[in-house]
Amino acid sequence: MNTGTKSTNDTALYGLLAEFATPGALLAAAKRTHAEGYRKVDAYSPFPIEGLAEAIHVHRNRLPRIVLIGGLVGCFVGFFFQYYAAVIDYPLNVGGRPFNSWPSFIPITFETTILFAAFTAVLAMFALNGLPQPYHPVFNVEPFERASRDRFFLCIQANDPKFDPLTTRAFLESLQPDAVHEVEP
Amino acid sequence: MAQTETLIKKLTNYRQEAPVLAPGHTYGSITDKVSAIVLTRKTPKGWIIGFTIAFAGVMMLFAALAYLFVKGVGIWGINNPVGWGFAIINLVWWIGIGHAGTLISAILLLFRQAWRTSINRFAEAMTLFAVACAGIFPLIHVGRPWLAYWLLPYPNTMALWPQTRSPLAWDVFAITTYASVSALFWYIGLLPDLATLRDRTKNRWLRLIYGFLAMGWRGSAVHWSRYETTYLLLAGLATPLVLSVHTVISFDFAMSIIPGWHATIFPPYFVAGAIYAGFAMVLILAIPLRAIYGLEDFITTVHLRNMAKIMLATGLIVAYGYAVEAFMAWYSGNQYEWYMMWNRWTGPYAPAYWALLLCNLLVPQLLWIEKVQSSTIWLFAISIVVSIGMWLERFVIVVTSLHRDFLPSAWGMYYPTTWDWATYLGTIGLFFALIFLFVRVLPAISIFEMRTLVPTEERK
Repeated sequence: MNTGTKSTNDTALYGLLAEFATPGALLAAAKRTHAEGYRKVDAYSPFPIEGLAEAIHVHRNRLPRIVLIGGLVGCFVGFFFQYYAAVIDYPLNVGGRPFNSWPSFIPITFETTILFAAFTAVLAMFALNGLPQPYHPVFNVEPFERASRDRFFLCIQANDPKFDPLTTRAFLESLQPDAVHEVEP
Repeated sequence: MAQTETLIKKLTNYRQEAPVLAPGHTYGSITDKVSAIVLTRKTPKGWIIGFTIAFAGVMMLFAALAYLFVKGVGIWGINNPVGWGFAIINLVWWIGIGHAGTLISAILLLFRQAWRTSINRFAEAMTLFAVACAGIFPLIHVGRPWLAYWLLPYPNTMALWPQTRSPLAWDVFAITTYASVSALFWYIGLLPDLATLRDRTKNRWLRLIYGFLAMGWRGSAVHWSRYETTYLLLAGLATPLVLSVHTVISFDFAMSIIPGWHATIFPPYFVAGAIYAGFAMVLILAIPLRAIYGLEDFITTVHLRNMAKIMLATGLIVAYGYAVEAFMAWYSGNQYEWYMMWNRWTGPYAPAYWALLLCNLLVPQLLWIEKVQSSTIWLFAISIVVSIGMWLERFVIVVTSLHRDFLPSAWGMYYPTTWDWATYLGTIGLFFALIFLFVRVLPAISIFEMRTLVPTEERK
C-alpha cells in the first residue's frame, strides 16, 4: 500500500485516487463514497460498468433528447431542400405531376434525418464529455495506465467541500483498495 | 440402450452451447493478446505476402482509372442497349458486402447478441472499405468524373438542382449517409481501444498518434454512461439505415419499367442478398485472420456456426426472391416479363443464370450439415462460392434485362473488356489492401467489449 509520505504541498493536490482490482469492489466503493457525502468524485474503468455513473453522480442523460432534435432538424432540412429545389427555385413539370411530389422526397428526407441525428449523437457525446481533452491530472499517476487494461479507480477530487487530505485518505483506505495514490494537478 | 444414450448425449451437447470466449481469459490477457497484434508482435509472413498482392491490385486500379480518365467510358464494354455494365454491377455487389458489418455491429447489438463482440470491429472496417470501393463506381461511371460533385445539392451558378425525384439522386444521399454513419460508428467504437493502445505502447511517436486519436479518453464512469447511450443510439439509427440503403439501391432498378427490374420483391430481396454476400465476406476475412493471429479463443466455432446459419437463412430468402421473380413474370401475363425470364433461362447469358443458381442456391445447402458449419475449410470455400454467386446475380439482373428489352431492333450483346475486369479486380485489391493495413495498425477485435465477456464473481 502506498500510504507513506504526506506531501508538504497538500493544497496543490488534484485529488486522491484509490485503486481496485475488480469492478464489484469499485462499484461498492463508489456507492459508499456517495453515501458519505462526497460529490466531486469520478470512477475510471476499462469497460462500462452498469450503474457506476449513477452511483457517484446524479445526472440526467440529455443525449437522447439532443439526438431527437438533431434528427428532426435533419428531417426538416432534407425535405425543405427538395421542396425549395422542386417547387420554388426550379419548378419542372414532369408529365403533369405535382411540383411537391412528396412521396418521391421521402428517401432523401429519411437519409438526412439519420445523417443529422448520427452526427448530433457523436458531437453531443464529445461536447458533454468535454473531449477532446489533451491533459488530465489522473494521467500523472503512473499505475493509472492500467485503467485501460484491467484496473479500476475511484478519484475524490480536492475541490470537494468535504475533502480533507487526511480524513479522505483514511476514508478511502477504509474501502480496502489495493493502493491510494495522490493525484498531482 | 446405447441409442438412448447417444440421443441424450446429443441433446445435452445441443443445449450446452460453447462459450463465445474460450475459458481462462482475464481482462489483462485479452488486452495484451489483441493489442500485441498491433504493438509488439512481428508482422507475420502471411501479412506481407497478402499485402503485396493486394497492393499490386491497387496499382492496377490506378492504371485502369488513369486510362479511363484519359479515354472516357468508351474503354468499357457498355454500349447502346446495355448502358449499365460493370460499374453498376460492382456498385451493388460492394455495397451489399458492406451490409453485414453494420448488421453485426448494430442489429446484433440491439438484440444483445454477445457473440457479435469479437467480430464486429473488423466487420465494421469491412463495411467502410466495401463502401469506399462501391463509391468509386458511381463516381467514375458518370463520364466526366471530375464533375461528379454536380450530384451534390449546393446553390450552384447554373441555378440547377439535382433531380431529387430520381433514384440516382437518392443513391447519392443514401451512400454518402451510409459511409459517414459507418465511419462514425467505427471511430466511436475504436475510441476506448485507442486509449488502450496509447497506454500500452512504449514508442513515443505511437503514443502521440494513438493519444491524439483517443482524444484523452480515460474511462470515466460518466463518460462511459454517455458513451454507451451514444453507441446504442447510433446502432438504432444505423439499423434502419442499412435496410434503407439497399432498398434505395434496388430502387435504381425497380423505379424503371424495364422488364425484370420493375418488381416489388426487389427491396427485401436485395437486402437479404446483401446480408448473404456480406456474411460470406466476413467469413472470408475471419477464417484467415483467426488462423494467422491465433485468435481461435476469441473467434470460436460458435461464431462460425452462427454466421453459417445466417448465411443459410438469408440464402433461402434470396432463393425465395428468385422464385417470386419467375412466378411474377409468368403470373403477370406480361409478354415482355415472361420473355425476359425465358431469355434468362435459355438466352445467351443462360450459363451465368444457371451458375448463379448453383452458387447461391445449391452449394450453400451444404450449410445444413453440422460438420460443414464448424469446418473452416468448408466455410471458406462456400463463402467464396457465395461471393461469386452474388456477383453473378447482379450481372444477370443488369445485363439480361437491358440487352433485350422491348423491341428486337434494339437488342444487343454486352461483353466486359479488359478494362472492366482491371477496374473490378483493382477494387478487390484496394479492399484487401485496406483490410491488411487496418489489421496491422488498429485492434481488429474490440478489446473493451471483449473485457465485458470475462466472467467475474460479481457478474451473474
